[in-house]
Amino acid sequence: MARWTPFIVGAVVALAAALLLARFVSNEYFFFAGYVVLQFIVLATAWNILGGYAGYVNFGSGAFFAAGAYTAVALIKGFAAPLLVQIAAAALVSGLMGFAVGAMTLRLRGIFFSIATVAVAVICETVVFNWGFVGGARGATVLQPEAPALFASYTRLLFVLMALLAVLAVVLARYIETSWIGRGLQAIRDNEEAAESVGVPTLKLKLFAATASGALMGIAGAPFPLYMSFIEPTSAFSLNYAVSALAMPIIGGTASWAGPVIGAVLLGSVQQIVTVTLSSELNVLVLGVLLVAFVIAAPEGILGLYRRVAGKAGSK
Amino acid sequence: MSFELLGEAIVAGVLLGCFYAAVSVGLSVAFGLLDVPQIAHPAFLVLGAYGAYWLGGFGLDPLLAGVLLTPVFFLAGLAVYRFYHATFERRGTDAGLRGLAFFFGVAFIVEVMLILSFGVDQRMVEAAYIGKSIAVGDLRLPLRMLVAFGVALILTIGLSLYLSGTFTGRAIKAVAQDQTALALMGADPVRVKQWAFGIATGTCALAGALLIIVAPVEPGLGRLYIGRTFCVAVLAGLGSMPGTLVAGIILGIAESIVLTSLGASWAPAVAFGLLLLVLAVRPAGLFGR
Repeated sequence: MARWTPFIVGAVVALAAALLLARFVSNEYFFFAGYVVLQFIVLATAWNILGGYAGYVNFGSGAFFAAGAYTAVALIKGFAAPLLVQIAAAALVSGLMGFAVGAMTLRLRGIFFSIATVAVAVICETVVFNWGFVGGARGATVLQPEAPALFASYTRLLFVLMALLAVLAVVLARYIETSWIGRGLQAIRDNEEAAESVGVPTLKLKLFAATASGALMGIAGAPFPLYMSFIEPTSAFSLNYAVSALAMPIIGGTASWAGPVIGAVLLGSVQQIVTVTLSSELNVLVLGVLLVAFVIAAPEGILGLYRRVAGKAGSK
Repeated sequence: MSFELLGEAIVAGVLLGCFYAAVSVGLSVAFGLLDVPQIAHPAFLVLGAYGAYWLGGFGLDPLLAGVLLTPVFFLAGLAVYRFYHATFERRGTDAGLRGLAFFFGVAFIVEVMLILSFGVDQRMVEAAYIGKSIAVGDLRLPLRMLVAFGVALILTIGLSLYLSGTFTGRAIKAVAQDQTALALMGADPVRVKQWAFGIATGTCALAGALLIIVAPVEPGLGRLYIGRTFCVAVLAGLGSMPGTLVAGIILGIAESIVLTSLGASWAPAVAFGLLLLVLAVRPAGLFGR
């Protein structure tokens, strides 16, 4: 149904742009901020696979993100593992966590599921808090390795890497959305009993969506320790990630892969600007107010608003 | 762990548990009886605690401040429910997901507003009964815990009697059982629910005052109490008031034993662990409908 060619071209162009930027933009802060925006694209896209397509609201995104980050820290401390191994391991660990959370959907729906994800997040945070090997409550310092010759700094390398991960995440989300998996998930969101009774393999689909969502969140978190050079539980498990992961797709629009991307680019950039020019508290306030405003006034998000305007113009 | 320590932990746990019941009764009503995904309940508690702190600046006793703020919170609760009903419940489809996101956002906004106006530092209040303790045999009981225990009992039992004894209280229980039937009896379910949600929010003022009496508060505290309050409300069996008291005490004792045996840094996980256990084993709770 949906055509892939323009989408693939767009993805390749986006990646090439990231590489060129890393080569020719001299302002280092651009990459520092750009990395965060790209990271939010991955996180928001991941949330949307379970939350937007299947309708299971995850409040514990921070835990999956942090699980990815701390998997990377443990691998660095234990084996000095290379970055790609860290990412793969983070995907595995967070994917397993996602699978476990997916299994909870057997019994828990709606708010019960959401509360359970908060529980998972707090329990993970407490474990990491008490785990001395990865720094415990004090945190751990991670040294950035030497940047390869192609890149002027390691942050630039991470920026390009995150751009690649963002593209992969969006490709996966788009594949899920346009294939039978997406239609099955949509059926689950609209009416799970009805879906089950007409033969949609609801449990399999939910487990798949939860695993994919968790793994992507872990991937988003894996390069975080190297990016920050320092990690501690409070910032890794920050509520900001949980709220952003949910607010960005809802504001952008949960029905399609483009929603989380729009939300993440828009809010991520606004956040960076507000944090720098005003304060980081005000930044989270903006996020919260926008979330509530969109939930009340524009439940279909920016995509929905756009479609309404375009639809009106078309019908005239 | 010695037998003596265990005994002390249990006594402390019962005191703590009644306090947990008091901070959860509002949620038992809003979430348990009315099915409103009130995830902002703990944020309102912290707001109540800061209200007591703010009035304490004028020399007011925190408990008195809590009582004075209760009508204010009640009115706010009426407004919040009216709004929630008009925007989400009446529109029907997808109300669950969006209502949840709405309350999550509200909780987030409350937290950030508190940070902006009071800063991230811990705040506490002064009162004659804070900091002292009395000795019963070998046990030393902090007076502030006893005060919290007493007020918590009054609040929980009072609400329980109100719900089972008065006409409006029974109407609230009825709306939880069958909204349509209530409408057929000629009562307006929305007004009954609005009233009940007001009461649920009103309890946050007094329970919030207890919160700051028991320990210093900071704006982020609400997140921890998501686990505690929902653990108690779910374990209680949604909407059961005696269940809330029992569930609070169970959580209090469990937390108190973990505190003495493993240390304070593990305590936050207790409520959430217990919550997951209840959700996995018996989602209907102890006194489930």
